[in-house]
Amino acid sequence: MINTNEIFDTIHMIDQQHLDVRTITMGISLLDCADADPNAACRKIYDKITRQAEHLVATGEAIEKEFGIPIVNKRISVTPMALVAGASETGSYVPFAVALDNAAKAVGVNFIGGFSALVQKGATRADRKLIAAIPEALARTDLVCASVNVGSTKAGINMNAVGVMGRTIKECAQLTADQGGFGCAKLVVFCNAVEDNPFMAGAFHGPGEGDCVINVGVSGPGVVYHALQDVKGQSFDVVAETIKKTAFRVTRMGQLVAQEASRRLGVPFGIVDLSLAPTPAIGDSVARILEEMGLETCGTHGTTAALALLNDAVKKGGVMASSHVGGLSGAFIPVSEDEGMIAAARSGVLHLDKLEAMTCVCSVGLDMIAVPGDTSAATISAIIADEAAIGMVNSKTTAVRIIPAPGKVVGDTVEFGGLLGSAPVMPVHPQSAEAFVARGGRIPAPMQSLKN
Amino acid sequence: MRAIVTVLGKDRVGIMSAVCALLAQHNVNILDISQTILQDYFTMVMLVDASGCDMPFADLAALLDREGKDRDLSIRAQREDIFNAMHRI
Repeated sequence: MINTNEIFDTIHMIDQQHLDVRTITMGISLLDCADADPNAACRKIYDKITRQAEHLVATGEAIEKEFGIPIVNKRISVTPMALVAGASETGSYVPFAVALDNAAKAVGVNFIGGFSALVQKGATRADRKLIAAIPEALARTDLVCASVNVGSTKAGINMNAVGVMGRTIKECAQLTADQGGFGCAKLVVFCNAVEDNPFMAGAFHGPGEGDCVINVGVSGPGVVYHALQDVKGQSFDVVAETIKKTAFRVTRMGQLVAQEASRRLGVPFGIVDLSLAPTPAIGDSVARILEEMGLETCGTHGTTAALALLNDAVKKGGVMASSHVGGLSGAFIPVSEDEGMIAAARSGVLHLDKLEAMTCVCSVGLDMIAVPGDTSAATISAIIADEAAIGMVNSKTTAVRIIPAPGKVVGDTVEFGGLLGSAPVMPVHPQSAEAFVARGGRIPAPMQSLKN
Repeated sequence: MRAIVTVLGKDRVGIMSAVCALLAQHNVNILDISQTILQDYFTMVMLVDASGCDMPFADLAALLDREGKDRDLSIRAQREDIFNAMHRI
């Protein structure tokens, strides 16, 4: 029998250290829903999602009760909508987003991702129509998340798309100005997007995936933070080992939940995403882990090194615990969703330039960052280009989820509530990148040898 | 199916008897018990076999949780698999 200490260890992790399964995400292929008649396509989309995911929420809740592990979110990701809607003869793709929203509400999930386009090398007519529909789609729906992949290590960066996305983000903010620009919180611009990411807002079901799949995202910054409190002052060798062991346990739990969900739903298991996903709750912060390593405030010198160690140790610990690891896997640094990051940004220690450096070694990118409402579209595009360049050169996923909060200036705070938290408005460089972004074209794919 | 029942809370008369009675009532067999008092705090871990349970396991867990709340205790029933997964390779 498992000994009493181990049992109470697990219970303390759940009760006091915010251990949870962050999401069970069902990936559903919609490729077979394409139809020349847009109304027929939307009907097929709604029918397929509600059929496949009918039992998703109930199954998640049953597993939650039986294992005593909170499963915070049940979500759906679908085929990038541009690939499905392309067959339909219509000018506007907004009805496709509405169909997704209705289906998500009918099955009771809290987000549906995949109003997406993959334009790293070039955009089709369908991709352009989809991107044009994003602002209205996100303003008119509640649960739909959009993403656009603008670059990759193999294709380079599509700077035309980067330019368009700067303007799209501005438009999203304007159309949802009454909610602090909330539309932007549901839009991610990627470089090297992964096809099996279970986390929102960037989840989509890649074209290389099967018909239906279950992916699980684990979490547990609080557990890692707590484990590090027991090794205060010890060397980084001990720190890395401690994080690895903790990540192993957390991931084993995720693997168990993933297998159980897959078995009960009769849907193949895809991957476990071993990410440390913070929440605004006290004690569930990635920034506080970095500070526990000896930094006075997250964002000061040493932060990038601390994050690099954390990100790597999480992967090493988790990889043996799961039969298939995928998604984004690593440490997330969304500013508005992390109590420690919010505090660091408010104190002025953590700024955009340091966050950009941190994205070189974290699992994703500039995430949930509010900037002044008068930030120009070109500046946002330039921020996207910088972030995409980091991803492209380092063969990793990077992303930008940025909110030019309407009417807000540096020092203000944008409240989103719930898991999305509150974002202090951070300053951007005032100097223009207009002429840089206006060039358009493509930044060529980088060398993969002579790496210095 | 085996499960772990844990009971935590301020010690008082009749905790064990109440939990055991409830488990027996629903045909859950107790395989092993370990119990201690730590600074007036009642701590009990039970390994049980719930395969003959007369209700779905999730309902049993909910019932125990409610029972615990009524008595100011934390009582939870979790499938043993979760502990094995986290603590055994």
